[in-house]
Amino acid sequence: MNENLAALVPELALVGTAVIGLLAGSWLPRRRQWIIAVLAAAACAAGLVATGVTMATDREQTVFAHAFAVDTATDFGRLTVLGALLLIAGMSVETVRGHKRETEYWVLLLLTGAGTLALIGANDLLTLFAAYLLASIPAYALAAYAKDERGTEAALKYYLMGALLGTTMLAGTALLYAAGHATLYRELNTALPTAAYGLVAVGLVGVLAGLLFKAGAVPAHFWVPDVTDGAPTPVAAYVTTLPKIGGLIAGFRLLHQAVPGTDVNWPLLLGVVAAVTMTLGNLAAFFQSSVKRLLAYSTISQVGYLLMALAVATRTDLAQRSLLFYLAAYAATNLAAFAVVTELPHARTLDDYRGLARRRPGLAAVLVVCLLGLVGTPPTGVFLGKLEIFSAAVDGGFTWLAALAVANTVASLFYYLRWLAPLFRLTPAEPSATAFAVSGRWSAATAYTAGAASLLLGVAGGAVLPLTTGPLLP
Amino acid sequence: MLSVITFLPLLVCAILLLLPRALSARAYIQVWIATAAVDLALVVALWTGFDPGEGMQYQQRVRWIPGAGVGYHVGVDGLSLPLVALTCLLFLAVAVYSLKERQRVRSYVCLFLFLQTVSLGLFVAQDLILFFVFFDLSIVGMFFVIAGWGHGERGRAAALKFFLYTFIGSLALLLGFIGLYLAAEPHTFDLVDLTRANPLAGRGAYAGLVLLAIGVGLAIKTPTVPFHTWLPPAHTDAPAAGSAILAGILLKMGAYGFVRIAMPLLPGSWRQYALVIVVVGAVSVVYGALVALAQTDFKRMIAYTSVNHMGYVVLAVGAAGTLAGTDAQARSLAVTGAVTQMVSHGLITGALFLLSGVLYDRGRTYAIDAYSGLAAHTPRFAGVTAVAAFASLGIPGFSGFIAEFQIFTGSLASRTVATAIALTGILLTAALFLRALRSMFLGVPRLPQSIPTGGISDLERTETVPTVTLLAVALVIGVVPRWLLDVIEPASRTVIELVAR
Repeated sequence: MNENLAALVPELALVGTAVIGLLAGSWLPRRRQWIIAVLAAAACAAGLVATGVTMATDREQTVFAHAFAVDTATDFGRLTVLGALLLIAGMSVETVRGHKRETEYWVLLLLTGAGTLALIGANDLLTLFAAYLLASIPAYALAAYAKDERGTEAALKYYLMGALLGTTMLAGTALLYAAGHATLYRELNTALPTAAYGLVAVGLVGVLAGLLFKAGAVPAHFWVPDVTDGAPTPVAAYVTTLPKIGGLIAGFRLLHQAVPGTDVNWPLLLGVVAAVTMTLGNLAAFFQSSVKRLLAYSTISQVGYLLMALAVATRTDLAQRSLLFYLAAYAATNLAAFAVVTELPHARTLDDYRGLARRRPGLAAVLVVCLLGLVGTPPTGVFLGKLEIFSAAVDGGFTWLAALAVANTVASLFYYLRWLAPLFRLTPAEPSATAFAVSGRWSAATAYTAGAASLLLGVAGGAVLPLTTGPLLP
Repeated sequence: MLSVITFLPLLVCAILLLLPRALSARAYIQVWIATAAVDLALVVALWTGFDPGEGMQYQQRVRWIPGAGVGYHVGVDGLSLPLVALTCLLFLAVAVYSLKERQRVRSYVCLFLFLQTVSLGLFVAQDLILFFVFFDLSIVGMFFVIAGWGHGERGRAAALKFFLYTFIGSLALLLGFIGLYLAAEPHTFDLVDLTRANPLAGRGAYAGLVLLAIGVGLAIKTPTVPFHTWLPPAHTDAPAAGSAILAGILLKMGAYGFVRIAMPLLPGSWRQYALVIVVVGAVSVVYGALVALAQTDFKRMIAYTSVNHMGYVVLAVGAAGTLAGTDAQARSLAVTGAVTQMVSHGLITGALFLLSGVLYDRGRTYAIDAYSGLAAHTPRFAGVTAVAAFASLGIPGFSGFIAEFQIFTGSLASRTVATAIALTGILLTAALFLRALRSMFLGVPRLPQSIPTGGISDLERTETVPTVTLLAVALVIGVVPRWLLDVIEPASRTVIELVAR
């Protein structure tokens, strides 16, 4: 049995640093708790380096009786997750610096990050469920980090949804185990085609329910707007980005590796879920006036586009590439938008952004890049991602879904422009200077970095796309 | 060479943005004029080195995103070179015209430099995704021009409508491109490779759907009836310089797409559905002219004549897809006419929109009945506008006549009825321009209340130079067209061969 711990350096680095940070943080005075932040960043950087080495030296493998796969999807997912964690850390600095629970913030962030990494590589239903818990539970606590009314409400809603769908997922796991007498994907792959149809269908839906909760897809999306609105902005950035990466790659792996041979028509199920998710997310975003709620619904619609890749997971080779690339581009773009929101803590509504282009041209430029990017305007990364995912959908026989996604993209333009247009508006009723009081340099730097990354992923997509192609290990 | 021409304006734009705000408003415009002049000089050099018989030239091909089948591939042939030259000339004219601009000049200049790169890039792109990138960015750039420098609150509403409408078109286009990409083996977005492979030959309904997606996308941008409704508000509320670029260059992107993408890549379906395209073209011609006739707003009227003029282009490309009852020479003539019409419309309508900007500048209104007897106060303005109007209605001696003559001759044999109906468009255009000229320039002198007692001032030099230059080029094409037609004709013959396969 392969028990090579070196293959798990990124996960171990995050968990280990979380433990060290928790211990060290208990003894550090409040003004020195920034050391934990540095440790956290170092852990992410170490994980990035380790992933880079794995990719460069072709050390793809499965470890622990094939329960965890280190392959192309894991490697690229790790790069995305760790890069995103660094960006979230960057925009969190001003929010938590000097807070009496600063250490807890970093520790929770590291733990949920480790959970996300575990989701990505999980090649076994039980690993998957353990990863689900590790990714979710610290996130509930993060949502209530500010200990205010709205944060607590958000955390409660998040927790209840998570607990309910977690139980569903566990039940689904049990049913699949009953049907296939195994939890390893490679064994399910051979056992499920001959198993009872009902068991497989219900079990699969149960497991997918948990993953859809992580991704924030309809019908498990109700927590997204409340948590995004109620939690501190960096946490909102976290919950709308990382769980999606984890949930969607985990879902892709499950569909691609465990159930391709069954009679269950899961492509259609996911196609319908994708269609409903993108449409509802867009419709709900239309008349939001709070920027955070608008972004929340926009992330729901983005999950709809991403789910298209899951629907065609086994039908086209483009699916994996499009999913991984879109996730990376989406993460950079979404985080850049949230970094701008973090940087302008007093601007809460769309109207508060009136005249931003004149006052803070740099931030306005980042917002233009991100919002147009989220629509899918070239040459940003999301455009290339959309191009790939639409191609995958058409190639996989879901032309109707691609057409619907195009229609939704046009519709989404409406609310992104509702935010963009005020930036350039100059009226006598300009908000007072306090609306554009910035929170600090770190958030601004994060916004610029993430915005540049979002643009670069599109322009230099040629260098990144090859990293997304490669077989998934059974 | 092509990449230098394309990206020079963007480079200058980046330099202007990075430098501190040191320059005066006038200096920014002068930098812009210098850039546009250099670009035009480079294009002239390109033209002299261009051999019409050689097909695609000055090609440059660099790997960009090979995994997705996307490459950076540029080149010019007889279809794109005239439009590249038109772009450079019109941007130079607009730059000179903008010397009076005082409102946020730095951003204004940067936006137009950006738009110039985008427009040039679109015409030289030989890769579908590169084409799409520029197609979409042109929408973004023009949105900011209309929203930022348009006429107040209405301008922003018009900008939003423009953006939403044309963005739908661009996404339809993208779906069509994906359809082409997936049909080709190996998957590629490269125009030259796709043209050679003709991937959708014999694919029946699938090819029809791809043509539908691409056709709708291009038709919205062109625009043709029934997808034209974004155009009048966008034009009415845009600044004069923006209108000139929108009508002169951006509308050509749609029409150019037909000859560059739809015809060579989907020859089978193009022939099959040629009748639909011809009908859409003829309806656009007549409907655009009739609605223009009913307008009371000078600028809106010109906007609708754009629908009319672009209708001729669509009619011609449709007729070029009809093999029955005609020969290759006639069809090639139609395509040559279509390309000439694009150039001609860019020159003449560009000048007309700049002139309407002068009108608004003096009287703060476009209403035709607010003015009367202007010729007495402003002889030069009246003269130039009259020349532009006559050129636009297709009087012999100007480029419009050459273009429309070729279109009608090339289309008549195969699509007799549609061409005959479209001919009435010329009559209607003549009527509407003469009506506007008579009521604004002749008769008892009367000015809007808003004009101060000092009266109305005539064309200034920064207004005369660009408009007269554009009309002069139109006149040269009208009198000695060979230098232009020699470049276009070999390329149209190639297109006709590709459509007929």
